[in-house]
Amino acid sequence: MPSYDDIYAQVVRLLTEQVKYDKAITGETDFIEDLGLDSVQVMELVLHIEETFDISFPINVLPAVRTVSDLCSQLAELTNKPV
Amino acid sequence: MSLFDKFAPLAKARAELEASGIMPFGVVTERLLSATEGIVNGRPTILAGTNNYLGLTFDPECIAAAKRALDEEGTGTTGSRMANGTYTGHVALERELADFYGCGSAIVFSTGYLANLGIISTLAGPRDVVVLDADSHASIYDGCRLGGAEVIRFRHNDAEDLDKRLRRLGERVSNTLVIVEGLYSMLGDQPPLAEIAAVKRQHEGAMLLVDEAHSLGVLGNHGRGAAEAEGVEADVDFIVGTFSKSLGSVGGFCVSPRPELEVVRYAIRSYIFTASLSPSVIASVRTALQVVRRRPELKKRLWDNACRLYEGLKGMGFDVGPKPGPVVAVVVAGRDHAIGAWKVLLDHGVYVNLVLPPATPTGAPLLRCSLSAAHTPEQVDAILAAFSGLRSVPGMRPA
Repeated sequence: MPSYDDIYAQVVRLLTEQVKYDKAITGETDFIEDLGLDSVQVMELVLHIEETFDISFPINVLPAVRTVSDLCSQLAELTNKPV
Repeated sequence: MSLFDKFAPLAKARAELEASGIMPFGVVTERLLSATEGIVNGRPTILAGTNNYLGLTFDPECIAAAKRALDEEGTGTTGSRMANGTYTGHVALERELADFYGCGSAIVFSTGYLANLGIISTLAGPRDVVVLDADSHASIYDGCRLGGAEVIRFRHNDAEDLDKRLRRLGERVSNTLVIVEGLYSMLGDQPPLAEIAAVKRQHEGAMLLVDEAHSLGVLGNHGRGAAEAEGVEADVDFIVGTFSKSLGSVGGFCVSPRPELEVVRYAIRSYIFTASLSPSVIASVRTALQVVRRRPELKKRLWDNACRLYEGLKGMGFDVGPKPGPVVAVVVAGRDHAIGAWKVLLDHGVYVNLVLPPATPTGAPLLRCSLSAAHTPEQVDAILAAFSGLRSVPGMRPA
């Protein structure tokens, strides 16, 4: 089970590879306001994250995810959830 | 802050369209001339975006049945199916749908949207899981949201990805509803239903719902849809469909081989808390269903028209997807190019659907055509002639 810090490091690396952004990505980086992702791009990103962590990300939780740290918190919960 | 503030981006997009003099989402058909032609902006226009696949909106038998019902039973039921809104016709249509699909149970709803909303939200509640194709229709997503189940998407038409998602669920798979469509409405592509059914069989307890809204009357030897065409009807637990496409009217339904559906009926809010279909609608749908069974040549004519349009557009170099079908969508690079091209088509007397992101599955705008058995070959050629004028328009053909 990965720690929050492991998850955070992987998410930042993934975003750096996938998204064009001229500033450093932090926990406060907002997917829509800072990174300018539209709904299709957000869903593509989710698919990459699901592959990386071998999880399924329920779309019900997406409205609660605005920033990188929101995403990492949700991922920490999902990856540590017993099946 | 106002309740309306959140609509500012929508208002801006609308104002921009208005300023350009093009309003693609408010087209008024001033008069219908036939199932495939109407008067739009004062001129005769070929209708190539109506989902009227078998052309039954003007079928004389269907019209006569509707008129008879209007005379004998009035204009509406004014009530819910659970109260005063069940007439002999509603029950007969449910029996006939069950017979058509070889299923034990059928429920008729007031629209196709309400069928998905009701069935999905009632079957899949807060402790359950829905695993759906990512390109599913809005009514499917809305049904999921209303029911409160955990919702997981799998990659469009990817049975392997579905398998992976179901495996990750572990024991929860026995409380899982898998949802796919028989024919996807935007690009007209079909699912690998045999592979999807095989995956479902491997995960014991999972149930499969197929939305045959665009495939009823279109696919399968008897017109029952994608499940029939792929030979997997025995693996499908629920089929949802609509009367507003091939059957030329309005309304929706769910059929199932599972007798439990009869009990589920009494828990479906979109069935209980809305007025039932008017008798004239029920009468025309019952007749249309008989026509589907009796006149398979309509399906052949539809496919002949679909292939003629698809091959013609492909020959002109447009990006029309891998296979012909009753929905032929031309992918356009750029929103403004798509809006301009749509207007050119309308000015040449051809109406197609303009579909803009985020309503498109790939993020690219579409000029979406749907064919009908009622289109003549000459009308299909006229649609092609209108498109031929767009060959040199920027964004219309892949670079």
